[in-house]
Amino acid sequence: MRALLRLFLTPLTAAGLLLGAAGAGAETLLTSLSSHQVLITSNFTGSQVVVFGAVQRDDQTIARASGYDAAIIVRGPRQQVLTVREKERLGPIWINRSQAKFADVPSYYALLTSRPLSELTAEIMRGRLRLGADMVFEPETGAEPAPAGDARFREALVRLRARDGLYLQIDRGVTFINPTIFRAAIPLPAEAPTGNYEVEVILFTDGVPIARDRTNFELVKTGFEEQIARWAETNSLAYGAATAFMALFFGWLATVVFRRD
Amino acid sequence: MQLYLPIAEMSVNVFVLLGLGAAVGFVSGMFGIGGGFLMTPLLIFLGIPPAVAVATQTAQIVASSTTSALSALRRNALDVKLATLLTTGALVGTGLGVWFFAAVRRAGQLDLVIVLSYVTLFTVVGGLMLRESLKEFWSQRKGKARPRRRAGEHPAYLGLPLRMRFHRSHLYASAIPLLSISFFVGFAGAVLGIGGGFIMVPVLLYVFRVPTSIVVGTSQFQILWATMAALFLHAVANQAVDAVLALILILGGVFGAQFGARAGQYLRADLFRFLLALLILGVGVRFAVELVVRPTEPFSIAATGG
Repeated sequence: MRALLRLFLTPLTAAGLLLGAAGAGAETLLTSLSSHQVLITSNFTGSQVVVFGAVQRDDQTIARASGYDAAIIVRGPRQQVLTVREKERLGPIWINRSQAKFADVPSYYALLTSRPLSELTAEIMRGRLRLGADMVFEPETGAEPAPAGDARFREALVRLRARDGLYLQIDRGVTFINPTIFRAAIPLPAEAPTGNYEVEVILFTDGVPIARDRTNFELVKTGFEEQIARWAETNSLAYGAATAFMALFFGWLATVVFRRD
Repeated sequence: MQLYLPIAEMSVNVFVLLGLGAAVGFVSGMFGIGGGFLMTPLLIFLGIPPAVAVATQTAQIVASSTTSALSALRRNALDVKLATLLTTGALVGTGLGVWFFAAVRRAGQLDLVIVLSYVTLFTVVGGLMLRESLKEFWSQRKGKARPRRRAGEHPAYLGLPLRMRFHRSHLYASAIPLLSISFFVGFAGAVLGIGGGFIMVPVLLYVFRVPTSIVVGTSQFQILWATMAALFLHAVANQAVDAVLALILILGGVFGAQFGARAGQYLRADLFRFLLALLILGVGVRFAVELVVRPTEPFSIAATGG
């Protein structure tokens, strides 16, 4: 886990250098989440986490003519190996034939921006900052580009995830309350997987990133749901026996309640 | 009312599930079958992962077969010796079935295996039942009674080695065909999330000529043990049993089945068999269509672990 975190943070330091170029007296970004732990209870039908951000300026900060923009990127827990399969025709029937495997793809991805992405920043910066659901595949560190034949499968993966509300992009999802304070609501569907969600906030002015902040929240099962899931995993023998017993009990109860003879 | 299912990891409407459970329970009570073959496809259609649907549905079959087996035991409408032999075969089949299930799931062809099996099994069984039922209608129209089996007249497979005598069933037959059929039913049951009563009952009735009064009880007794083993193995090997979903299905099914059983008493036996054949054939055709028609979304995602 720690190694994974470090892997993830390396490009951040690189980006930090980039941002540092803005020089002393630049803005600093403060962010806060409405909650660092979202609980899944029995009536969970999805939820949302609100991000608040404030741009801090001091006397030395130069005046910005065009105001600020913000982008918020949320990445859900990474899935180790994901297989995307395509159904193809074989004789009269359709079956899964070709497939592609993807490693380390986030199970959830949201990009919220204060303006449409094309207006926010240039294409080259978009690639460098890895903004957009189609950027989830790029390796976090270094080389090793994915084989080109995978394009169809990548596109399918993004499309399927978007359909389930797991990959989303909301233009104007970030609202500036006044020129230096903004808020955004990150929607979490009921299908959102449990685990750690990383939130990255980038502040722009004139299409250039000038400050960045990171935080995270956790989506966890709680109470009864959590116990059931943990029990099923750690003590599957007893869990199986208990479910069987429950079935037997209700089967027996029915013969008593509805006895006809 | 939405409820979060901890193993399926999704939110479902409780009333929709209870309603489905009751409707399937009604049909299954009416026809005296487990109803797994209707419920499992419906669950998959609702978006519940196939593995969870199949594994969890076995819990509902355990409950419904407990009810049937207990009431059969009370009425003494059950051949314990025959049921025990059938259970032996079915348990071996179930074990292999759960193993096979896990293997094809890893290979990414679970959906295909489930759909193909439904198509073949249901069109064949449904078609045979429909033919039998139509023949029955036909011979009634012509006023001809169908020939009864004469004493000492047996098909050859009953005379294979290992012959056993089953007093309650008036049957003296080799254990080999009995074990084979129960093995097959156990295997199919574990893979498809069905009890297999709709296969076992006609086979006992038409092939082994077991008296009608004890066929259902005997079959349900065997299903009870086989599905209990399947439930247990699915929980241990695949960790795909959702206890919350199971509870909802059981509650819906138990009540539905009672009303269904009452409604079933008003159905004529021949009409009853005709409708059941149509129902089974219908499920088979429904799956065949899915297999042949161009899918609207050819892609699918599966988490394949480490």
